[in-house]
Amino acid sequence: MSTFLGLPTAPRGVGHLRGSEPFPAAARKALADTQLRRNLGKATTTIRAKRAAVVAELPDWEELRNAGQAIKADTMLNLDRYLEQLEAQVQARGGTVHWARDATEANQIVAGLVLASGSKEAVKVKSLATDEIGLNDALAAAGITAYETDLAELIIQLGHDRPSHILVPAIHRNRAEIREIFLREMGDADPALTDQPAALAEAARLHLRRKFLSARVGISGANFAVAQTGTLCVLESEGNGRMCLTLPETLITVMGIEKVIPSWADLGVFMQLLPRSSTGERMNPYTTMWTGVTPGDGPQAFHLVLLDNGRTAALADAVGRSALHCIRCSACMNVCPVYERTGGHAYGSVYPGPIGAVLSPQLTGVEDNASLPYASSLCGACYDACPVKIDIPSLLVHLRARHVEESRAARGMLRAPDPEAMTMAAASWVMGDPARFAAAQRAGRAGRALSRGGRIRSLPPPLSAWTRARDLPAPPARTFRQWWRDSGRDPS
Amino acid sequence: MRIALFVTCLADTLFPGVGKSTTVLLERLGHRVEFPQAQTCCGQMHVNTGYQRDALPLIRRYVDTFEPYEVIVAPSGSCVGSIRHQHAMVARRLGDPELADRAEAVGQRTFELSQLLVDVLGVEDVGAYYPHRVTYHPTCHSLRLLRVGDRPLRLLRQVAGLDLVELPDADVCCGFGGTFALKNSDTSTAMLADKMRNVLGTRAEVCAAGDSSCLMHIGGGLSRLRAGVRTVHLAEILASTRDGAP
Repeated sequence: MSTFLGLPTAPRGVGHLRGSEPFPAAARKALADTQLRRNLGKATTTIRAKRAAVVAELPDWEELRNAGQAIKADTMLNLDRYLEQLEAQVQARGGTVHWARDATEANQIVAGLVLASGSKEAVKVKSLATDEIGLNDALAAAGITAYETDLAELIIQLGHDRPSHILVPAIHRNRAEIREIFLREMGDADPALTDQPAALAEAARLHLRRKFLSARVGISGANFAVAQTGTLCVLESEGNGRMCLTLPETLITVMGIEKVIPSWADLGVFMQLLPRSSTGERMNPYTTMWTGVTPGDGPQAFHLVLLDNGRTAALADAVGRSALHCIRCSACMNVCPVYERTGGHAYGSVYPGPIGAVLSPQLTGVEDNASLPYASSLCGACYDACPVKIDIPSLLVHLRARHVEESRAARGMLRAPDPEAMTMAAASWVMGDPARFAAAQRAGRAGRALSRGGRIRSLPPPLSAWTRARDLPAPPARTFRQWWRDSGRDPS
Repeated sequence: MRIALFVTCLADTLFPGVGKSTTVLLERLGHRVEFPQAQTCCGQMHVNTGYQRDALPLIRRYVDTFEPYEVIVAPSGSCVGSIRHQHAMVARRLGDPELADRAEAVGQRTFELSQLLVDVLGVEDVGAYYPHRVTYHPTCHSLRLLRVGDRPLRLLRQVAGLDLVELPDADVCCGFGGTFALKNSDTSTAMLADKMRNVLGTRAEVCAAGDSSCLMHIGGGLSRLRAGVRTVHLAEILASTRDGAP
């Protein structure tokens, strides 16, 4: 364990949580991809309408959201207790529990377990936690081939691509592109394959069936883990996940520690919230639950890897920790006007969109992911859509403050000035007094010289970022303050 | 009724007509408008960019200036949103619970214009006349922080001569977002492009809203493209009569 001044510190998250360039630069490239804009606009519009329709059916939707929020808040306050309860229950029922401080440790544990089983192959259920830790690459380095069996994850794996959405990883691809990937990469695809969804699904089915029947190790994540009984729970739409969870001899589940919930009664709340928020369905198609090992039925060896990877560090922030309440439904990204235009890759993390913008920086440390909290216009659509009422706009504002304060402290040690901080301090000084503000307004009127026809079309940096695409009105001859005085109204 | 006007720093500096219209409208309805000279800015730009410590003096100034008033109005959903939902949070976070309590109380007495008219003054027909084809963009903070709902539309429907056309995808953000428009200029512009497409599709000659900042963004884009649509604040429409605009 790492320490600071002799005290243990929470480990930082590593893995697929940060991009190689800041959000504005990555977004600029994504915005230029017209096919991506079309694919995302179409997909998010469809899923938004589906969600809105099924949410409107429930008269107690707000009460359900309140319940989900309350359960998660209680869980975070007692996380240590619930995790130890979960561990005891899983082990009492024949499972083995492993604790992983970060992605590197988790990958080592999983690779070691697969190799110990004598297998060089594993079939995978769609899992964000294993995407987060980069498990497939780590397994490949250990000589193990991991096969993604979720249709969208298969498209991503075959296309040597990265997921761009937490529920619909290949949302950035349309069916014509998917057909091309299958024909190019599958090896056993029918050359006459069309881009009809049923034909594409059938090609994937034939390709995957052999893997299901031969694989001896299955790897999954988990949507929920019930501490009360040690029961793990996976929700999926295809049935491929269930095959991975039931056919192999060995099952390894990698789960973020925040996924534990106290009881079965709590699970009932989330089973109503999640399907309607994610796929826009009233009920989830395939829900698989298992408790330890059942002799003669299903996997005979079960390993649960509990992953920290920055979660304890996030838990330490009394405001920020509510990002850990996320149940990965993706409703926030489907309603986000930023996500809809840039897509998920621009965020650089396996968790994109609004929730990613508040979760990823907390897992890695804000200074390592500093552009993400600013990747939002704070429009608030995400907060309205969130089934567990995570106040994402307020979290974004909170993380921006943390970033400014932490970099101010770091700069203080280096005595290095920062232009933005100086501008903000100057603006605060000017606005701190009406006489100074009025003087600044008078000075600003010089801007009238830059205008033509009452419009300013070009300004120097940093305001050039505005005038590149937008005009600015010229300052008027009189401010409101002056008009008030000239109108003869009482000063008060 | 005695009503204090918080004009907002943006309207004071760049859009004085918005403050003028708010004043004239409320006076026409028989109220006494006061403009406390000590006011400056609500500090939202600082808070939303991460500079809470620089926002604190502005929050204190707002509270000190407006505490004596029973009813305060601002022609901006965004500034009122910040006053109601951020002022107390920032004061508390920076260790001033006394200021936080005061900010909370003043915030509860601060209303966005359409809230003031419909909820406090109980009026929907303000006697306005505006013979133009208008579409309305309900700005994000009015909609989702203040929950003003259809109050602006109810006010606009009573305006004589006004042809109100529905804006498709009206509740989607225009892409302004304060310093977001500078820090993520490309994404902001992409959002603006879609908003302008929807505005132009209505064939309206005027795009109205309750926030000068969003209007500056949408209007800045329309002006750059010489699109032939102008942006007008809700207050300016409601203040217009058969005698013209104030």
